[in-house]
Amino acid sequence: MSLFPKWTNWLPLCIVGCLAFGGAAVTAAVTYYFTPKYTRVGYEPVQPVPFSHKIHAGELGMDCRYCHTGVEKSWFSNIPAASTCMNCHNQVLKDDPRLAIVRESARTGKAIPWVQVHITPDYVYFNHAVHVRRGISCVECHGRIDEMDEVQHAKPLSMSFCLNCHRHPAAFIRPVSKVTDLGWQWSTNADEAAHLQRVEGAKLVAHMRVQSLQNCSACHR
Amino acid sequence: MRHVLSIAIILLALCGIVVGIAGFRGRMSRRPPIEVFSDMDRQPKLRPQKPDAFFPNGVSSQLPVPGTVARSQPIQTLDGPVYPFEDSPVNTGLVTGTTNFAPADPLPVTMSLLRRGQARFDIYCAPCHGRLGDGNGITKKIGDMTAVADLHDARIVDMADGEIFNTITRGKGLMGAYGPLIPVRDRWAIIAYLRTLQLSWLGSTNDLTARERAALK
Ligand code: HEC
Ligand code: HEC
Ligand code: HEC
Ligand code: HEC
Ligand code: HEC
Ligand code: HEC
Repeated sequence: MSLFPKWTNWLPLCIVGCLAFGGAAVTAAVTYYFTPKYTRVGYEPVQPVPFSHKIHAGELGMDCRYCHTGVEKSWFSNIPAASTCMNCHNQVLKDDPRLAIVRESARTGKAIPWVQVHITPDYVYFNHAVHVRRGISCVECHGRIDEMDEVQHAKPLSMSFCLNCHRHPAAFIRPVSKVTDLGWQWSTNADEAAHLQRVEGAKLVAHMRVQSLQNCSACHR
Repeated sequence: MRHVLSIAIILLALCGIVVGIAGFRGRMSRRPPIEVFSDMDRQPKLRPQKPDAFFPNGVSSQLPVPGTVARSQPIQTLDGPVYPFEDSPVNTGLVTGTTNFAPADPLPVTMSLLRRGQARFDIYCAPCHGRLGDGNGITKKIGDMTAVADLHDARIVDMADGEIFNTITRGKGLMGAYGPLIPVRDRWAIIAYLRTLQLSWLGSTNDLTARERAALK
């Protein structure tokens, strides 16, 4: 007779096994979930007005800058005022109930409570103008907005995401005039597009003297 | 062995539950992102276009006090540099000191001004007036906007540049005001380009040099 029954011989192995498995599972869960790739991507708040970029930017082919007028001039890309919508909606869908808030805002000046989707932490300095004017397209950081009915957070916008491009901007840059044309490619053939991106991208970087900004004070100032 | 198996099954089930609840990366979510350690993420400072209880109208972006003059560079015109607060045709579209529309574009018309005008026209005017300016923009087809003016109309061809400037700045009839969206210099660039568009419709082959005419054939 012994103090411990026979099955306890397995116990140390079992504990080690559980710890190993549990540790692996927790590590896997943390790497998979504790990152902006999980926490941010896919965020799609309900907006007060069912405004669709797919209709306006996609089907109507409106340029982003018609509404986001500040994007080339300032760090901040503004959300348009209701009067901008009323340029068209004083005739199109004139009495549609979905646009009631917009009409009221245009009349009274009361702001439409849009929910902000993309937002950097306050200790990060970001600037739209510097990117847009150096041929970095909206699509790199916002995804195919012109195919979304509701705006969805498509890219993680984490520090590694920003740095990934800052290390070699030539792999992402395009002609400045194509920045708001989200579907634009160097070529419809994938191999040729990759080749042109290498060749022309390097040329653009040299021509515009685009720097590779990796010092902390570029974004944390 | 039986125990090992059951423990393994329990652990796997736990993983399954976690994945079942948390889902995969990129899943659509209506709730705002969790900020795990939100140390200095949100600081008590003003961000543009945010709700803000401090101001009576409840938003962070306030209009400047009436009469505020923006710190700015003067615009270079044919009559020398002009600041935005000066009573000059560039700023008002009117001949200085009168209520008559300025007859012509006060900016020196260069190729780069025309290029700028073309880009701005395609952004701000083309949705309604069409890229050709003929009033057949996309909103006519999809939005059923019928009242859009044809910019090649003889009346608009003969119109003083200052009056078009006034139409862009303040709007006219059913057309909204574009002054708040388009800076002054760009408005004149658009007008210069619009004149080019009109000329391209009015022009005849006689305006071309002999060489160009030969190339056309
Ligand atoms: C260039 C003109 C134009 C501007 C500017 C414009 N819209 Fe529209 N909008 C349209 C047209 C055209 C339609 C399609 C109408 C139809 O389906 O018949 C539309 C449709 C809509 C709809 C209905 C969408 C649906 O699912 O059918 C909403 C809501 C809307 N717009 C909101 C807005 C808001 C908000 C703004 C301002 C940020 C705005 N629009 C600015 C032209 C415009
Ligand atoms: C007709 C006006 C209009 C046009 C054209 C337009 N937008 Fe928007 N955009 C809006 C409005 C209104 C919102 C706020 C509502 C929302 O988030 O859906 C918005 C929101 C956004 C947002 C999310 C902002 C946030 O809260 O983080 C992004 C990103 C964006 N737009 C990018 C674009 C891009 C890229 C284009 C060009 C392909 C474009 N927009 C064209 C009106 C417009
Ligand atoms: C290099 C990445 C990058 C590019 C390129 C970019 N954006 Fe953004 N955008 C951001 C980030 C980061 C934010 C969040 C900014 C903040 O913290 O307010 C943002 C925010 C926005 C917002 C929301 C602003 C608000 O406060 O609601 C709009 C609208 C927007 N971008 C439109 C555009 C458009 C249109 C373009 C292309 C012309 C563009 N962006 C290009 C990264 C980018
Ligand atoms: C797809 C490419 C790309 C991405 C993604 C990108 N950037 Fe940039 N960024 C650039 C380029 C190109 C420049 C211009 C460098 C120069 O000045 O020559 C730039 C410049 C900047 C500057 C200007 C620094 C200065 O001195 O004015 C800041 C700040 C910045 N980026 C922050 C960010 C942040 C924050 C993010 C992530 C949300 C980001 N960037 C993502 C390409 C990118
Ligand atoms: C291209 C722009 C850029 C550069 C350069 C950059 N950062 Fe960041 N950093 C960011 C952004 C964006 C975030 C916010 C990430 C997020 O919210 O997911 C960030 C976040 C951080 C954080 C906070 C992380 C957290 O989750 O609390 C630290 C610490 C940091 N950066 C340190 C640095 C240091 C040190 C350097 C220089 C070696 C540096 N950064 C360079 C863009 C940058
Ligand atoms: C949202 C649609 C829309 C946009 C965008 C637009 N317009 Fe118009 N425009 C109209 C309509 C509608 C009329 C007819 C107004 C009327 O007769 O009531 C008009 C009329 C005009 C006229 C003739 C005015 C007169 O005296 O009869 C001119 C000139 C003009 N637009 C120029 C422009 C220019 C330049 C732009 C670009 C900055 C522009 N428009 C953008 C809708 C638009």
